[in-house]
Amino acid sequence: MPAPTLSQKSLGAIIAPFIGQTGGLIGALHAVQRELGYLPPETESVAAAEFNLTRAEVKGVISFYSDFHRAPKGRTHIRLCAAEACQAQGGRELEREIHRRFALAPGETSASGDLTLEHVYCLGLCSAGPAAMIDGDLMARATPEKIAAAFDARQRPRK
Amino acid sequence: MTAAPVIYVPLDSVAVALGADEIAAAFVSRGAKVIRTGSRGLHWLEPLIEIECNGARHGFGPVDLNDVESLWAAAVKSDPASHRKSIGDIDNHPWMKRQTRLTFHRCGVVDPLSVEDYRAHRGLEGLKKALKGPSASVCDAILASGLRGRGGAGFPAGIKWKTVASAAADQKYVVCNADEGDSGTFADRMIMEGDPFLLIEGMTIAAIAVGAEKGYIYLRSEYPVAAEILGKAIKAAYVAKILGADVLGSGKRFDLNLFIGAGAYICGEETSLLNSLEGKRGEVRAKPPIPALQGLFGKPTLVQNVLTFCAVPAILAQGAANYAALGVGKSTGSMPFQLSGDIKHSGLFEAPFGLTLRELVEDIGGGAKSGRPIRAIQIGGPLGAYLPPSMFDTIIDYEALLKIGAGVGHGGIVVFNDSVDLMEQARYAFEFCAEESCGKCTPCRVGAVRGVEVMDRLRDGVDHAKNIEVLNDLCELMVDGSLCAMGGMTPIPVQSAIKHFPEDFAFPSKRRTFGLGSEKSS
Repeated sequence: MPAPTLSQKSLGAIIAPFIGQTGGLIGALHAVQRELGYLPPETESVAAAEFNLTRAEVKGVISFYSDFHRAPKGRTHIRLCAAEACQAQGGRELEREIHRRFALAPGETSASGDLTLEHVYCLGLCSAGPAAMIDGDLMARATPEKIAAAFDARQRPRK
Repeated sequence: MTAAPVIYVPLDSVAVALGADEIAAAFVSRGAKVIRTGSRGLHWLEPLIEIECNGARHGFGPVDLNDVESLWAAAVKSDPASHRKSIGDIDNHPWMKRQTRLTFHRCGVVDPLSVEDYRAHRGLEGLKKALKGPSASVCDAILASGLRGRGGAGFPAGIKWKTVASAAADQKYVVCNADEGDSGTFADRMIMEGDPFLLIEGMTIAAIAVGAEKGYIYLRSEYPVAAEILGKAIKAAYVAKILGADVLGSGKRFDLNLFIGAGAYICGEETSLLNSLEGKRGEVRAKPPIPALQGLFGKPTLVQNVLTFCAVPAILAQGAANYAALGVGKSTGSMPFQLSGDIKHSGLFEAPFGLTLRELVEDIGGGAKSGRPIRAIQIGGPLGAYLPPSMFDTIIDYEALLKIGAGVGHGGIVVFNDSVDLMEQARYAFEFCAEESCGKCTPCRVGAVRGVEVMDRLRDGVDHAKNIEVLNDLCELMVDGSLCAMGGMTPIPVQSAIKHFPEDFAFPSKRRTFGLGSEKSS
């Protein structure tokens, strides 16, 4: 994914279709993030105006949900399941090894911007753990080798 | 020229996460007709594919890309049995033979997005029956079936339905809680991916019974495959007139929408879910008022878990008495149990209530995959109890588990081998609560953080006896003072761990040491 920039589409245009929808603000925030890769600071004021809310209310929603982030993520986004069923299948050991290999702790983005490492609480792959999600792709029976290979494949420049 | 061999490849997340998409593509490129299905639930064998030979389906698993060539040869020659990954007819597999699949009977068998398949496999029978009689008789049937909420609380569904049905309002809602956040549970995900019309049918029946014309499925964002399937299934259901202004020609209206959450465990709590669905922070609401009377936008709202709605069509189609005859005591019907962790046969096993934990874990589950001794199970998700093997003869029903301080929850059982440190698990319970608390009430918001601190002091042997006392005090306060189950039940994993595994909480010098595979072995 190229480094996110404010796209051609203005924030208002992305948000507008969600006005009047049930729970539209959350859908709108998802849409902005899909489009831009993160929620730029102006999202708060634009969404507040569009939904007739205060900025504090919008900020409150953004900060409540772990899906929403206010800064760009790394080019590759690895989420490791940290919940019990994966713990019971070596999830903690996997996390330590990934932590060691990439020199990143969960929640951190590498200085080069190539990788963000995060926790996730359950991907529903409990029966074939440990589980991971890499840029939206699911991985079951995850190993450090499988994750490293998936990361490497994503770092190669696209033709 | 003969027709291309038909190959069934799951689109279920577990199979996809193990390469099913690539396997499906490899078969297509060889000229196969590939039908994507849900998962059969034998997850230790995923990706599990089936090849149709001479009119019968033949299973293989676990399959990887390297098997495709030889499997294709077997398919072309109609000689499946000799392949080294052959597991035969899945319906006759011992794992399947022992199940009573009321909810999951189509899952893994049919194309989840084919309305024709759905109809051909007894789909819509329940809805048709519901549309024939008065709506009150539908609520009566649900009450008579003894169906209890499958999300965790186990509240009688019929009572909830009657409450919403008898509430007078210009607008009512039916909301499906598909925020399946409990670790060790994946039945909601499987059924939504493998048989989405079942959920749609169950919700439509509910809407007609309680007099609602609008419904929402609140789906967690961690389930992208389910989101895609549900979105397509809802569209297809409109085309087939299962949804919309004239449900199956009855003149009744039901509109259903899919809503995607944004990563918050607490939104599985129904009042928090409703706030989130309104586009707000997913903070818990104080009860009363109950959502059945004042729910979404203050209107009467029927909120049920995916599995509860999915149990409904069979109750209508086959009769409440039939359903009530299954199970034990006040736990009627079947439960889709989900086995995970260090267990040989992981996956989904649907059976009537009444099995013992031992039957499920050791016999059906086959014991630990690693070959190590089982030390503990956690039943019912992150807010569920840790139990030792000495308690495995307990029967699985709501009341029997309650008696030993545990709960059915959403039917998930996570198996831990002897390398597990229950103090670490107890600490994690607090850590998870601290991370996921909505922050509305103090016992949960602050209590969870204090809990982590107390666990750290215990781990390090600081004022050990005093901190055990503080911990018990804290747990009591969280149980009594929290607004919802998040803070109120976090003490369950903690205190069950202390009660059943005291050796892990002893003063450091007297603490249990760990065997191979643990960092604490020194």
